[in-house]
Amino acid sequence: MHIPFVTEKLANGLDVIVHEDHGCPIVAVNLWYHVGSKNERPGRTGFAHLFEHLMFEGSQHYDRGYFHPLQEAGASLNGSTNADRTNYWEVVPSNGVELALWMESDRMGYLLPALTEQKFVNQRDVVLNERRQNYENRPYGLATMALVAAMYPPDHPYHWLTIGGAEDLKATGLEEVRAFFQTYYHPRNASLSIAGDIDTRRALELARDYFEEIPAGPAPLPVVPPRAEVTSEQRLLLEDRVELPRIYMSWHAPALFEKGDAELDLVAEILAGGKTSRLYRALVYETRVATEIAASQNSRELSSFFQVVATAAPGRMLPEVERIIRGEIERFIAHGPEPAELERALAQAEAHFVQRLQTVGGFGGKSDQLNAYNTFLGGPDYFAQDLQRYRDATADDIREAAATHLATSRRVMLSVVPRGRLALAMPNSKPVSVS
Amino acid sequence: MMRVDRSSLPVLGPDPQLRFPTIEKSSLSNGLRIWTIEHRDVPVVVFVLLLPVGAAADPDDRPGLAAITGDLLDEGCGNRSALEIHDALARLGAQMETEVGSDASVVTMSVLSRNMGRGLGLLAEMVREPRFEQKEFDRVRDLRLNRLLQLRDLAPAVADRAFTHLLYRNHPYGHLAIGTEGSLRGMMLREVHQHYRRAYRPERVTVIAVGDATHDALKQAVARGFESWKPAAGGNGTPLVDAGEIDPPRGALERLAVVHRAGAAQSELRIGQVAAARQTPDYHALLVLNMVLGGQFISRVNMNLREEKGYTYGARTAFDFRRGRGPFLLQVGVQTEVTADALREALAELAAIRGDRPVTDAELTTARAALTRGYPRNFETADQIARAAAQLALYGLPDNYFSEFAPKVTAVDRDEVTRVAQAYLDPPRMLTVVVGDRDRITAPLSALNLGDSSEVAMA
Repeated sequence: MHIPFVTEKLANGLDVIVHEDHGCPIVAVNLWYHVGSKNERPGRTGFAHLFEHLMFEGSQHYDRGYFHPLQEAGASLNGSTNADRTNYWEVVPSNGVELALWMESDRMGYLLPALTEQKFVNQRDVVLNERRQNYENRPYGLATMALVAAMYPPDHPYHWLTIGGAEDLKATGLEEVRAFFQTYYHPRNASLSIAGDIDTRRALELARDYFEEIPAGPAPLPVVPPRAEVTSEQRLLLEDRVELPRIYMSWHAPALFEKGDAELDLVAEILAGGKTSRLYRALVYETRVATEIAASQNSRELSSFFQVVATAAPGRMLPEVERIIRGEIERFIAHGPEPAELERALAQAEAHFVQRLQTVGGFGGKSDQLNAYNTFLGGPDYFAQDLQRYRDATADDIREAAATHLATSRRVMLSVVPRGRLALAMPNSKPVSVS
Repeated sequence: MMRVDRSSLPVLGPDPQLRFPTIEKSSLSNGLRIWTIEHRDVPVVVFVLLLPVGAAADPDDRPGLAAITGDLLDEGCGNRSALEIHDALARLGAQMETEVGSDASVVTMSVLSRNMGRGLGLLAEMVREPRFEQKEFDRVRDLRLNRLLQLRDLAPAVADRAFTHLLYRNHPYGHLAIGTEGSLRGMMLREVHQHYRRAYRPERVTVIAVGDATHDALKQAVARGFESWKPAAGGNGTPLVDAGEIDPPRGALERLAVVHRAGAAQSELRIGQVAAARQTPDYHALLVLNMVLGGQFISRVNMNLREEKGYTYGARTAFDFRRGRGPFLLQVGVQTEVTADALREALAELAAIRGDRPVTDAELTTARAALTRGYPRNFETADQIARAAAQLALYGLPDNYFSEFAPKVTAVDRDEVTRVAQAYLDPPRMLTVVVGDRDRITAPLSALNLGDSSEVAMA
């Protein structure tokens, strides 16, 4: 697996990455800022994500909204924020690349003169609506919030979710938001990739033309998180508007790309990927005590968390579900994967990897992947090694990753139960409230 | 010091030409059609098996039958159990999915190209020889029932369900593919067998193969899997329902219906009516109309409700084109306290575009450009190309449909947009469904004079 590319660091520190692919007459422009909710502080959460919204509201030289000229040019565009980074992208027909670079560079270099109190207040309201829609008004929508709050101490930057706290957002003022922008949204803290139907030399020229004039900002201070660990099992419970109780189990896990990260990805696949997986078989197929099961290694820059989630079938109790999950994990820790399981998990990992590279743009396309490697590893050239991490994982490595990280004594376990039916939770769970 | 001119936006060069790849068509002696398309960028092949029989063909008293039949294809076939099927899929690095919509059942498989033959073999076995065992049926039905139970808590799902039912009532489009609790509980395995025998016949099926292989290799793979497929005997009895031939109701019985959801942080709204079929000559004009109205971020409805008023995280509209007349729909989730305001604004936008505030030249230019210039990116991956080709097969569109799209959209003018807005949007007759906290929204809603809101109990 090789994705050819060329890189150049501009004088202001901006990394530019170009990948040519003339398969379809489109070009992906993709920009990562190395800022996420991990760069926020307690009491002032939700900034990075709020910025994602403000970045679409217009900049000094085109202050009539970000979408209009790009949609008229046939672009699709979006952005997303997580704990570690913010990305913005456009996929344009190949004649629209200069427009996309004009627009991206204008909001990087000239956003603040156009940022008014009115835009700020309006987008804060939109974010509060997003929060209602995707968290407060959605079944189980607050569960992850409760989990991370328990797993990470209050001054740890993973203690809150990217959406932020509603009270924090309401208390935030425009000036604070401006300062946040000046700290993080500049060339030195960004990585630009251009991929698709474009000549490499022209892409580099255009990148210089549009971005080199933007001054480098201050190098952001590294985030040094306080220690986060779980030394004895924690049991929490949350009431929600749901029909069926659900159990979440979470463990601290090695950070993105660290030893153990790919191994735990494979553990997740073997435990709950597809109908032949151990947990699906045991919980959904054979005993039918659960209606759905999922496991995932949530890879993040500072540290990751591994999670297993299961919803009880009607009339079934969470302790029954928990016992089966615990039993399967203990058996896995004792004996490791079967050769057939390893083969399946590897084939799936490889297939997912190839699937992500089918597009030049968007979330997970080649341009996004180049920027991800560049942002987290300091260089975009990691495709082959990334896949190799999985191919190199032996049955022993995988077993050991599970043994090291998935101990019962180190888990945080959350029961989400229908309102008023606290008895459905796992015994000895402590009620938590999230808002 | 600026190196570039920021006083105006760059001027776009000429639009790149869409290059939709050639479709090679053939068929087997049993009538099954094979379409192949070469796409050599990534070592992946995608198979789309299209059966133009979907939830609209469910018997009146058996909503959900087509969907559960589709769902059972990978729960045992030939001499493989459900687990053996999934073991084989996983080893091939294959992903498979069955989607049952109103008009069609579609099985999609994506597989690494080196495993193409084995992947297709497995797909063919699932479609030709499903086992339909009692214990798997019972299990899958239970999962469906549990899913329905959980959907009661998901406001958008509740709204879709109520809207569909109130708008189309007993028409074949009046239920969602997943079915209803009552229907699923009463369903017998023999009904699945019966549906399979009637619906799954080679002469109805088109298999579209797209990916990193030659036309010939793709065609051979499909032929090997399906050439000996004989339709089940006795399947020609009762003809299947064709939604395209049954007129939907002229209008909903009520204008406003409320589904109560105590303490909801938001109200979920659906506003709409029965509109046009996919084959309508007004198709391109309706697409342009929708882009201006609610089909993109900068559309009127989203700019008004989200960007100006801050009522919502997003609002959009769509014409859901189908073989028969599908719905036009505006959907939005809004803060509870502005439910009535948002509804008033939405209805006003729907009315205005019919004449008080017709589409402007600038809007028309933007909408046409967004539709035509953005068109090529719909054909980048094997999966996208296969799905696009499946649309041609499902709706009987010509092979040059994709190359004619841009000229046809570009030819749509302002008068035509206004004409189709008047012809298809009729705000006084539209149905509005609100899923929200009755106690906090009823009084403001009644001030809108949409008639008495009927309250819907969702079973």
